[in-house]
Amino acid sequence: MDAFANLLMGFQIALSPYNLMIATLGIVLGTIIGVLPGLGGANGVAILLPVTFVMSPTSAIILLSCLYWGALFGGAITSILFNIPGEPWSVATTFDGHPMAKQGLGGQALTAAFTSSFIGAAFAIILVTFFAPLIAEFSLKFGPPEFLGIQLLTFSAFIGLGGGSPLKTIAATLLGFLLATVGMDIVSGQLRLTFGTVELMRGFNFVVAVIGLFGIGEILLTVEEGLEFRGAKPQVRWRLILETLGELPQYWKTFVRSALIGAWMGIKPGGATPASFMSYGIAKKFSKTPEKFGTGVLEGVLAPETAAHAAGVSALLPMITLGIPGSPTAAVMLGGLLIWGLQPGPMLFQERPDFVWGLIASMYTGNVIGVLIVLLFVPAFAAILRLPFAILIPLIIYVCAIGAYAVNNSIMDIWYMLIFGLAGYVFKKLDYPIAPLVLALVLGDMTESALRQSLIMSQGSPMIFFSSPIAAVLAILSIWLLVSPILHPLIRKAWERTRGRGYM
Amino acid sequence: MRKADIGFAVILLGLAVLVAWESLQLDIGWGFNGPQGGFFPFWLAIGVAICCLIILVQALGGTSSTLRQPLVRPGGWTPILKVAVPATAMVALTEMIGLYPAAALYIGFYMRWIGKHRWLLVLAISVGVPMCSYIIFDKWFLIPMPKGWWGAHLRL
Repeated sequence: MDAFANLLMGFQIALSPYNLMIATLGIVLGTIIGVLPGLGGANGVAILLPVTFVMSPTSAIILLSCLYWGALFGGAITSILFNIPGEPWSVATTFDGHPMAKQGLGGQALTAAFTSSFIGAAFAIILVTFFAPLIAEFSLKFGPPEFLGIQLLTFSAFIGLGGGSPLKTIAATLLGFLLATVGMDIVSGQLRLTFGTVELMRGFNFVVAVIGLFGIGEILLTVEEGLEFRGAKPQVRWRLILETLGELPQYWKTFVRSALIGAWMGIKPGGATPASFMSYGIAKKFSKTPEKFGTGVLEGVLAPETAAHAAGVSALLPMITLGIPGSPTAAVMLGGLLIWGLQPGPMLFQERPDFVWGLIASMYTGNVIGVLIVLLFVPAFAAILRLPFAILIPLIIYVCAIGAYAVNNSIMDIWYMLIFGLAGYVFKKLDYPIAPLVLALVLGDMTESALRQSLIMSQGSPMIFFSSPIAAVLAILSIWLLVSPILHPLIRKAWERTRGRGYM
Repeated sequence: MRKADIGFAVILLGLAVLVAWESLQLDIGWGFNGPQGGFFPFWLAIGVAICCLIILVQALGGTSSTLRQPLVRPGGWTPILKVAVPATAMVALTEMIGLYPAAALYIGFYMRWIGKHRWLLVLAISVGVPMCSYIIFDKWFLIPMPKGWWGAHLRL
């Protein structure tokens, strides 16, 4: 078993005192970021990216991935206590979590959420441990057409599974690619789309875009709603935690189902949100008392949380093996890899095993540290939201500005951040999805060079995307996903006619 | 919302046309090294333009998926501008006097104006937070933040 030997090596790295400290720091910061409005996993990672330039890549990825786990935990706190989903995939957690908190069962709901997050994550981590090397090995044979096929699949998954308007998803994706093309052309070295200005020569940095679109845009949305955080007070005592833990084993079937759904959906981009909803729906369907869902049942909390966390972890699987991020946060981390001088993709397993296995081992340590910290300090984290709004908002904007400036030491980037913030607000309002835009911006250069290399290989014939069996399967799958939003209503109609009633 | 939908699609359409035009200057055909520089952005821009046209047609025909609400909720403009204008002012000030003093003024102003907090608290946070971040970024991580006029004259 090669994986075990490698994993042991990874643990030697992840368990070093320095890296354990980094992991704890990441979890604490991540949870705070997850709790705060306007700061989620993606832009938390983006803001801290410049800080990691002084670290070794392995410690840097441990910090960022732990930040991500922390943000996932933090999202559960706001969903349950304040009915504010910090991330789209914690929306389903509010359905039963917040009613529980209002009935004074907030402590139970939080314990269940954290434990099930932990179980979902653990399941997905084990999956990553054993499948990542296999996938990496397999994808070593991939050439430009295959990589382009995977990237096509990534984006058509957003269009086919994203749920929003397919046209707007396509437009957002293409805009992201367009933003990536501004500046230097990586193949010919020409300057492109600068409209003769010096400011546009450097192009748009994805960190600035992420901070603006997610951070500033989200804050504008929050203040428009005039949100006052009036939350339920959590009562977290050890006896309560132990009692709730004792109740959980009876739901083992829900855990298994949700973890499977999460891990499977998470590999596909944008998968965490549908995974959490699907898992909630399926738990309801299999439940003996489905009518109680939505009024505050434990199962309604643990099903979406297990799935979301499993999906969050497995979103890193395609990132480390193929260099294709499964979520916006993973996309920012991937951008980080490029800045640290690492080439994401299958070669990473051979060139930098210490990095890959250190990261995988830190998923274990990070989630153990995470679940302990959040269980112990829930009241402290929840207290953050009780800070007056007039203090939180300028502080968040200030932190965003620091993050945007620090990537390239350019004040222009802070201006871009504000512009992206405004754009993010309009995007959200008009249902243009932001996640595919960010993914496209990060992947832009890689996608373009894969496309151009493929076309050079085939002397310009697009048939190269069907030339090898793998590329053909990928291309056909993506085309299917692209047309499925059109076909889906037709299939559903046919299905409803045969069944006589609607499903889900 | 419908008007905003149409307006935004028109803006995107305009951008797409602009980008397509700019790409044409770069040659979109087959060059010495395979597809030339303008190839990728040109077809992307065409794609955006097609999407926007369909969105426009849908919105004008009234079959758009977006809700019949105004883009900004009634009464929503004031809080948005209250956040956006001071933030813009902070960035403008950063160009002149550097990020830390600009942030101190911004945080202090916002806390006093919107939050009506006590002066003591306002001073403590608006001075304390930029000081802490100066220690963390400039001293600890050696990432210098913009200094503006002070940087040129005092060599901080």
